[in-house]
Amino acid sequence: MIALAIIIGVAAGVLSGLFGVGGGILLVPALALVVGLDQVDAEATSLLAIIPVAAVGAWRQKSYGNLDVRAGLTIGAFAAVAAVAGVALVNVLPVELVRYAFAALMLYVAWRMATSAIQQLRAEPDRAPSDGQ
Amino acid sequence: MPAPRISQLAILGLTMGIFSGLFGVGGGIVLVPLLILWVGLDERRAAATSLLAIVIAASAGAATQIAYGNVHLVAAITVGIPAVGGVLIGTWLQQRIPVATVQLLFSGLLVIVAAMVVLK
Repeated sequence: MIALAIIIGVAAGVLSGLFGVGGGILLVPALALVVGLDQVDAEATSLLAIIPVAAVGAWRQKSYGNLDVRAGLTIGAFAAVAAVAGVALVNVLPVELVRYAFAALMLYVAWRMATSAIQQLRAEPDRAPSDGQ
Repeated sequence: MPAPRISQLAILGLTMGIFSGLFGVGGGIVLVPLLILWVGLDERRAAATSLLAIVIAASAGAATQIAYGNVHLVAAITVGIPAVGGVLIGTWLQQRIPVATVQLLFSGLLVIVAAMVVLK
């Protein structure tokens, strides 16, 4: 079970570095199903585990010259405050309904991201993989 | 690269925070597409900015959860240390894959998250 938790941890880190997400999408199920934490504790524990992962990822991105430190810090500060509002809203809004709206929005954004990516690939098919913009 | 205005950064942070508070999804899922489609960053710069924003937001969230006694330190270390190894691989890999390809893969990730939010 520990070996499985470690493998999922590595996969979550790869996902985090590749896409710039926290990796909670894999860490939460791993902590719940493999380590055996309940859902609330799994989400809480995943938040702590994500901090060094995102910090190391941001540091690597800084050395690759991709990081706007001011933007990242400012967005993060506003997000920290707004997350409290989000948690409060869960108790007020019809969350079942909002969840479907959110999923629909995600699918729309997925479509927009995909079409924009395909346009880029068509415009510059031979572009060197590691050139900057 | 466009330098985002403070008002733009505030809107990005508020949107990221509200969605992660509402649905328990990581803020990066919301923030990265906004940085690409709205601010006009490429996938690498969007991911970099998102990771730093996550450090701040997750620190605040984790501090609250530690106060509630919901955090299991040994479990966090068990998955966290391998994940730090993974993020080194992921960021390395990202510099070697064309930005548009990473963006295309990201849209697949969004479809998976949409399914997870509905089936939760």
